[in-house]
Amino acid sequence: MNEFFSSLNIMDYVWCFIVGGIICIIGQILIDKTKITSARILVLFVTAGAILGGLGIYQYIVDFAGAGATVPITGFGYNLAKGAIKGVSESGLLGAFTGGIRAAAGGIAAAVFFGYLASLIAKPKMKKQ
Amino acid sequence: MEKIQTNKQYQDYVDQKSPNSPILKNCFNAFWVGGLICSIGQLILDFCAYRGLNEETAGSICSIILIGISAFLTGLNLFNKIGKFAGAGTIVPITGFSNSIVSPAIEYKSEGYIMGVGAKMFTVAGPVLVYGISASILVGIVYLIFNTQSITLV
Repeated sequence: MNEFFSSLNIMDYVWCFIVGGIICIIGQILIDKTKITSARILVLFVTAGAILGGLGIYQYIVDFAGAGATVPITGFGYNLAKGAIKGVSESGLLGAFTGGIRAAAGGIAAAVFFGYLASLIAKPKMKKQ
Repeated sequence: MEKIQTNKQYQDYVDQKSPNSPILKNCFNAFWVGGLICSIGQLILDFCAYRGLNEETAGSICSIILIGISAFLTGLNLFNKIGKFAGAGTIVPITGFSNSIVSPAIEYKSEGYIMGVGAKMFTVAGPVLVYGISASILVGIVYLIFNTQSITLV
């Protein structure tokens, strides 16, 4: 384990922290200044990520900031677009349909499964008197 | 107190009395909480790379772990408390996507497991998936059309 921690590059984490934080600040400014709901923020960010991913711009941010770019929801869009492009280069038009979800399958399935699991276990907070 | 005679004076009076906009504080909190979540993600990615997993697998594992943690925190009703403090700092990372599925799943339990939990969990995540997936398919089709040597999209 010590070997793992000594292999980490501190600058990776500095840029990851800063870039991830800045993407969140953009979201916060949109919430505070325009009063748009968080659902719209998520849709806006995921679409922006997919478009920037398709244009190849987001790749530069990912290379630079690692998880600072892939963990925000824009990274989810980037991942979908990257998967679709990879799918197209492997299996043509069909790949455009299968590639995106294939790349993001882990996240989508996990969210649905854990959501269902949580609904079985957790109690709704509205019920509490 | 001086009498207020012009709109300008009134505006100054309002500015003076109303509390300072918390936008700077909100942005600061969003920045460090968002940055911290991303750094945790980077730690998971680096650990996967250390164990010899490829980039794609590492990315999936990282998403699943972060989604799992935020689902757990949502179930304990802790996520909302962090969210109130951090704002976009927890909404914008993948944790917000997870919360947007888990939170309604729990809240609408009373409407049943099919039309309550099953349907309502996609209230926010549904639009995200619709636009995200549609955009990615369009990107794929555009790439297919313009996939020439002169235009390299990735």
